[in-house]
Amino acid sequence: MISALWVMVGISLLLGAVLGYSAIKFKVEGNPLVEKIDAVLPQTQCGQCGFPGCKPYAEAIAKGEADINLCPPGGEEGIRKLAELLGVDYKPFGEGAGPRAKAVAFIDENTCIGCTLCLQACPVDAIVGAAKQMHTIIASECTGCELCLAPCPVDCISMMGLPESIQTWKWPYPVYTLAQPKNPTREMPTS
Amino acid sequence: MRRLDHFHGGIHPDEHKLESSELPSRIAPLPPQLILSLHQHIGAGAKVQVQAGDHVLKGQLLASAQGMVSAAIHAPTSGTVTAVRPHAVPHPSQLPGLCVHIEPDGKDQWIEHAPLAYRAIPKSELLAKLREAGIVGLGGATFPTHVKYSLAPDQRIQTLVINGAECEPWITTDDRLMRERAAEIVRGIEVLRHLAAPAETLIGIEDNKPQAIAAMRAACADSDIEVVIIPTLYPSGGEKQLIKILTGKEVPSGGRPTGIGVACSNVATAFAIHRFVDYGEPLISRQMTVTGNVRTPQNIEVLIGTPLQELVRLAEPLPGVTGYILGGPMMGVDIEDLRLPVVKGSNCIIVKSAKLFPPAEPAMPCIRCTRCAAACPADLQPQELHWFSKARDFGKAQEYNLFDCIECGACAYVCPSHIPLVQYFRFAKSEIWQRERESQAAEVARERHEFRLARIEREKQEKAERLAQKEREATAAREAITLAQALAAKQAAKQAADPDFEPDNTQQMRINAAIERAKAQVAAENPKNTEVLTPQQQAEIAEIEARRAKLREAAAHPGADDEPPKHS
Repeated sequence: MISALWVMVGISLLLGAVLGYSAIKFKVEGNPLVEKIDAVLPQTQCGQCGFPGCKPYAEAIAKGEADINLCPPGGEEGIRKLAELLGVDYKPFGEGAGPRAKAVAFIDENTCIGCTLCLQACPVDAIVGAAKQMHTIIASECTGCELCLAPCPVDCISMMGLPESIQTWKWPYPVYTLAQPKNPTREMPTS
Repeated sequence: MRRLDHFHGGIHPDEHKLESSELPSRIAPLPPQLILSLHQHIGAGAKVQVQAGDHVLKGQLLASAQGMVSAAIHAPTSGTVTAVRPHAVPHPSQLPGLCVHIEPDGKDQWIEHAPLAYRAIPKSELLAKLREAGIVGLGGATFPTHVKYSLAPDQRIQTLVINGAECEPWITTDDRLMRERAAEIVRGIEVLRHLAAPAETLIGIEDNKPQAIAAMRAACADSDIEVVIIPTLYPSGGEKQLIKILTGKEVPSGGRPTGIGVACSNVATAFAIHRFVDYGEPLISRQMTVTGNVRTPQNIEVLIGTPLQELVRLAEPLPGVTGYILGGPMMGVDIEDLRLPVVKGSNCIIVKSAKLFPPAEPAMPCIRCTRCAAACPADLQPQELHWFSKARDFGKAQEYNLFDCIECGACAYVCPSHIPLVQYFRFAKSEIWQRERESQAAEVARERHEFRLARIEREKQEKAERLAQKEREATAAREAITLAQALAAKQAAKQAADPDFEPDNTQQMRINAAIERAKAQVAAENPKNTEVLTPQQQAEIAEIEARRAKLREAAAHPGADDEPPKHS
């Protein structure tokens, strides 16, 4: 009788130690869901979702404070991926919010006065310049977030669409007409 | 007799080879203009080395290889570079690519060139020379040859496979080349054998080319290269398929033949290598079949960069032309514009007519008969890939090994519903590549954004620390001054109260010293920009000062220097 008790006590102590150890050893830092959501987001850091960047939006989604249809650069594909990840239903974009064609910012260097305001606005440091020096955009790093447009006092920044090149060209979705029924009078009865 | 293996599936389309294979090949006359695309091979485009107005000689470098997977491009004849500007290039997108335009001067004057004693130089040097000579695989994929034969130190090539199968209907360039240039091809194969050091070398030729087989057998009589006759079955000329037939080995999904100890090159590549090592000629011409709805279908040796219309004109098109195919009917691309130039990978141009190439029958829904799966030489499930691609379920398509598809068109050929299956696969592949590019860009953007946030945070902290430090020093200094002034006032008061009182000099001195110290400390908080400098900055200042002194001297003695003194 007493030995059984000791065995039970021993087992509980052992399991408790294992649980306690693993709680420390395998502690999860932060919310892993946030990382997963962040990986789906396009990282334009544009703030069009109403949050200051992709990570804050991912955090808000993880907490259930934000909808999944707020990211225009991610497109419908992005919403679908988020819906799949979170196990919720697909939700179309709201009125007026929708994806736009990808573009990069372009500085008209004749107009630029070198005020550095766009430098401070750029979320990915894709603008080169210094005070009273001409600024220019590193097109390959520009995410097309348009955050530099508003601060410019002389409106010298415009968005330029990316021309299609041989490197970025995609095969189109095959479009063809299906064969028509040979005898149109013998149609399937419609219910 | 060698025991042959076989690959899964395969089809027997109408061959249409006799039309063009019986005439001896001819050399195309010099065209009025040559257009050389800078992107004629898989990998990075070549970097242009000439500019408009330059006079170039035949074989002169026009664009050098940049990056590991790349190859150089040379002038196919002597002449003047008229422009370096975009021009339509043979690409399914029909988009323009950067091209070097050359107007031939008619002299066809060679740059100095000499044979290469390739056995006397290290292999790495030979590979580098092949890269500079612009040698790429001429079987169709235009993979740079020097990359294919850059083997890791632990890689051993068991079998060198030379591809003379030429399974695609209508095309007969390799057939003609083997009949006419068998000995030269073998010379090129010897170079590849030197590079790969294989235990055995096999030339695979389909049994519908008996004359080519005979010619190659005769040329290989003195060597241990074996010519293997393989049954005619499309697409036995596919690299992985031919390797399977000849060696029984399967190239793993996503792997390269060299990974399983096999290297595979086309006969035309071997011929180009022979031209380079035995004559020093870079890759500037190739054989092409012109066939279809023309009076004299034939093979033509043509300079790279020749506009396709020149070739079609040589073969005299017949009335009723409905279009053109660049490449074979199974894997080629439909083109409309004949101003496109020949590139290293072009092997055939077919002139279409309604009789030879009737318009595609209208497609019907997939009935899941799986005939495509039975025909697929890569052993895939094309019907599944079709559904996934159609539904844009690209992840699933990749799971079903979409990227093992060689786009041979066997599935679409057998499809009783006439579904353009290959178009779906090409669409899905390019969408997946696009996504790949986008996710890479997103990753870079994320890193840059995070770095920026960290930088802003760091700067904020540094600023706060600086301010706090300043504040502490200022308070300490102010306290010291008040203390000293209080002491001084006390002394003065004492002196006023008692005129005989002798101020304690030592104490007074201590007070003054304290005031000085405090003031110095206040001054140190805001150092002038000429203070606290690194040795480098000091050196810079000294240099500028020296220059100024010189300028002052020059100004003091005007006329000594004609140049006006510059402001530094």
